[in-house]
Amino acid sequence: MTERKSFKLPDVGEGLTEAEIVRWHVAPGDEIEMNQIVVEIETAKAIVELPSPYEGVVAELHVAEGETVDVGVPIISVDVAGEPGAAPAAPPAPEAAALKEDLVPSPAADPGTHIGPETGPDVPAKSPGEPARVPVLVGYGVRPGATKRRPRRRPQPVDEPARRPAGQAARPVADQPTRRAVDRPARGVVALATPPVRKLAKDLGIDLAALSGTGPRGSVTREDVRAAADRTTAAPAAPVAAGTVREQRIPVRGVRRSTAAAVTRSAFTAPHVTEFLQVDATETVELVRRLRELPEFAEVKVSPLLLVARALLVAVRRHPMINARWTDDEIIIPEYVNLGIAVATERGLVVPNIKDAQNLSLPELATALGGLAETARAGRSSLENLTGGTISITNVGVFGVDAGTPILTPGESANLAFGQIRELPWVRRGELAIRRVTTLSLSFDHRVVDGELGSAVLRDVGAMVEDPARMLAWS
Amino acid sequence: MTVGAPETTDLIQLLTPEGELVERPDYPLDLSGAEIRSLYRDLVITRRFDLEAVALTRQGELGLWPSLLGQEAAQVGSARALNATDMVFPTYREHGVAWCRGLDPLHLLGMFRGVANAGWDPAAHNFHLYTIVIGSQTLHATGYAMGIQRDGVLGTPSAAAAVAYFGDGATSQGDVNEAFVWASVFNAPVVFFCQNNQWAISEPLEKQSRIPLYRRAQGFGFPGLRVDGNDVFACLAVTRKAMEAARTGQGPTLVEAYTYRMGAHTTTDDPTRYRLAAELESWKLKDPIERVKAYLVKSEQADAAFFEEVDAEAKQYAADLRRRCLALPDPQPLDIFQNVYAEPHPLLAEEQQQFAAYLASFEDAS
Repeated sequence: MTERKSFKLPDVGEGLTEAEIVRWHVAPGDEIEMNQIVVEIETAKAIVELPSPYEGVVAELHVAEGETVDVGVPIISVDVAGEPGAAPAAPPAPEAAALKEDLVPSPAADPGTHIGPETGPDVPAKSPGEPARVPVLVGYGVRPGATKRRPRRRPQPVDEPARRPAGQAARPVADQPTRRAVDRPARGVVALATPPVRKLAKDLGIDLAALSGTGPRGSVTREDVRAAADRTTAAPAAPVAAGTVREQRIPVRGVRRSTAAAVTRSAFTAPHVTEFLQVDATETVELVRRLRELPEFAEVKVSPLLLVARALLVAVRRHPMINARWTDDEIIIPEYVNLGIAVATERGLVVPNIKDAQNLSLPELATALGGLAETARAGRSSLENLTGGTISITNVGVFGVDAGTPILTPGESANLAFGQIRELPWVRRGELAIRRVTTLSLSFDHRVVDGELGSAVLRDVGAMVEDPARMLAWS
Repeated sequence: MTVGAPETTDLIQLLTPEGELVERPDYPLDLSGAEIRSLYRDLVITRRFDLEAVALTRQGELGLWPSLLGQEAAQVGSARALNATDMVFPTYREHGVAWCRGLDPLHLLGMFRGVANAGWDPAAHNFHLYTIVIGSQTLHATGYAMGIQRDGVLGTPSAAAAVAYFGDGATSQGDVNEAFVWASVFNAPVVFFCQNNQWAISEPLEKQSRIPLYRRAQGFGFPGLRVDGNDVFACLAVTRKAMEAARTGQGPTLVEAYTYRMGAHTTTDDPTRYRLAAELESWKLKDPIERVKAYLVKSEQADAAFFEEVDAEAKQYAADLRRRCLALPDPQPLDIFQNVYAEPHPLLAEEQQQFAAYLASFEDAS
């Protein structure tokens, strides 16, 4: 005799509305104990392990790994053995009796003899299989449509004075409760709108009842009214069906959210300055070609980025201050370089860094660069990889553009952007020639780095890109 | 930052992590085998029902739970040093203290399930309501202690004292520092028991203080001590001495129990985002329960059957607590009117009537 119980995704974080199933720890057919960890989920706040509220045999997993589900959706079913002698579930006591009387003796004054509380008298069990409590939503807002208004009795005794005759035709449609919408033939839904929106509609001469809203519970929003107003004034050449949603909404979460927070913080705390330098990178491109032929580089990727990274490391050695960071009280100059590389991943931008990059040989640096990007793209960068950077490089060239004004990685004072390399007419030794040209741009925190220092670093990197032999001369 | 390495010369320890006794003539502690076994039982049951509460939260049955994992010895040791007449002012994490005071943990679960606004009578077990606001209970404790002082009972057999529990993060709060000032200048009978669990949510101790916390007391003019917070014997002995000093009119003491929050700040926190696994691993070796077990085994004061029995009891207790938690009835909307005034009040009665009419206006209202 078994009973199938389903475990619904709980709100594990004070108002979270959804979570992603990261990994199942059990499969159908598995026997599980009470509180055994069955699944790992990732919420906006954390990765958490969920313990089973049932003991029994897993019947079904309802959600695949990688899927995101709303709170309250069943994620796993468990066949629970019926307890032969168990009393049928009684209705809960009307009053919180268990809370009103203490079920335990007072502690004795002598610490040696005190024993903790004893088990209290039995409280009739409410059916434990129904965790049907509505999650209390704090801090993350209520998902539109997640709540339903309880229908009121009519006539409403408290707030419905008799001065307005029932059924009067001129009564604003938006006041009517949705359950009477069946009365309306075509659209089926009656517009809900807040008073300011109604005022706006009135001012613009828009009939709210003619709109279907895009707001919570189908309410008409300010944007809906404005869009309707635009439609009525716009040329009739582009008719758009009323209520067609022409915007896609992407929830902000995960890496996108943290990236946004980081760049905003950086942009508004560190006074940024960006300088640009166009250089002839022909020699660097040639050097990359020759390095690729060497056995030391047979297994690794050699790219102009590798040489730019090395050039930046050499420049840091010559100007340690560019590697410093600002802390309000003091400027900290590390004796090491944790070189950050901005990597575009499917989940958003991350800047993992190579620890102690100054100590690496060129093949080691190439290996580290390759590994870093691969790990980041796979979403496996560790917290250690992603923190503690001292200076960064942003390779905007891979996107086919010449230059950018990079935003500093928070806590760092310089970020070097490296543009695409392309053939351009270039004056060389007094003659016009076709050369491979790139643009370097260096953003720096003006609290730490003066224009003179920033320019010197950019000039040095540029000189090394133009003539890589300088890297040897200066290192 | 160092990984869990306190200045050992200052640290009062009576039982090492390996379960060896340490000679401290200044903190004599003569416990019988039965007493040690009962301390062990309190530690195990506390840890077990705390784990159950975490599981209940993960299953959507509680809204939130601040786990005490790792801090059992600091709480059980200090709480078992108290007399029934002493008054406890806890934070929201003092589940082990609540247990030792005799408060049914169901009350704690009821609060975090959202079916009670606190839900227990502070006078019933001399255990004040959980205080969520960081550090404000230190002022309540100081005020209460000044009241005891004014009762004129200090130094008499009916003397009592107050104890305020708080964390390392709270020491940065103005309230706590104000409490220190008041307690000091009025020589109030209060013990400030700080569980330094190293992390104020994600803020490490070095962002809270440049000096060990217990040394702050000196600046306020009363003694401060650092005790191994994972050593239940030391926490018991030190708190006993501090409480006795308070009861005999010798004024306040700051006890810094040096411990570690093994879990998250609360169930909505993810500590792997801000602290390193190595730190956690190093503290696992200092587990508060394992050392008592090791001592009981080595000194042959408990056998395998005893440990099995305690484990079974703890498991049974947790299962029972789960059952009782799930059976807690939801409060009724009109209940809120019951706790406003002690006596009937006309305006309140009118408001209650209005609210009842409003509730009855829904179609599904019975």
